[in-house]
Amino acid sequence: MDFTRRDALILGAGAATAALLPVGVFAAAGDEEIAAFTGGADVSEGGVELTAPEIAENGNTVPVAVSAPGATAIMLLAMGNPSPRVATFNFGPLAGAQAASTRIRLAGTQEVVAIAKLADGSFARASSNVKVTIGGCGG
Amino acid sequence: MASGVKPRVKVPRTAAVGDVITIKTLISHKMESGQRKDKEGNIIPQSIINTFSCDFNGQNIMSVDLSGAVSTNPYFQFEATVPEAGDFTFTWNDDDGSVYTETKSVKIG
Repeated sequence: MDFTRRDALILGAGAATAALLPVGVFAAAGDEEIAAFTGGADVSEGGVELTAPEIAENGNTVPVAVSAPGATAIMLLAMGNPSPRVATFNFGPLAGAQAASTRIRLAGTQEVVAIAKLADGSFARASSNVKVTIGGCGG
Repeated sequence: MASGVKPRVKVPRTAAVGDVITIKTLISHKMESGQRKDKEGNIIPQSIINTFSCDFNGQNIMSVDLSGAVSTNPYFQFEATVPEAGDFTFTWNDDDGSVYTETKSVKIG
């Protein structure tokens, strides 16, 4: 079968769409996780702090820290991971500060999001874009 | 994954009443994400620590729900208030049903 220039272009466009599609699917999964956590309530910016590196050389261990004074829970999401949920921190009465740091896996360059559930029942959001040199999901 | 799991916790030995102290925990665990494939292309099933919690004399400080996106050897750093002398209890729950615990005492002084 001979490929004409037109066929090649159509194939190329199809491949590009297919390559872009999973990112969209993951992002939607991330939004669903957020909705499940907030119960569909509005999420405002500010009130929560997310510390993540701008560039992570190794996606297998990316140090991140979250902090939200007065929060009862903070959810951490990696929007571009095959499964966006990373961890949920719940703070008890003896927490010295509503802050924690850990190390997470990132599949590739993507947005990391922290959603804090504040004491008054409202939600706050912070996000940070992390460039990943080597992805951390095996495969 | 019940072999070679070793929790490590760093807590100051003494604190003043009402002090806020920093606690660091690390547990050696593979945290198999459920995304990797073996040589035959079969997905290696997920095997992770799914929850971690830290309590002081029965009162909760922090609990965490983990997913496969937490790195190998899960590490947490957080802060706790010390209202009195007592024991910190750290608990990790594995997907395979194992529970790993560690206790650290803190004195006032």
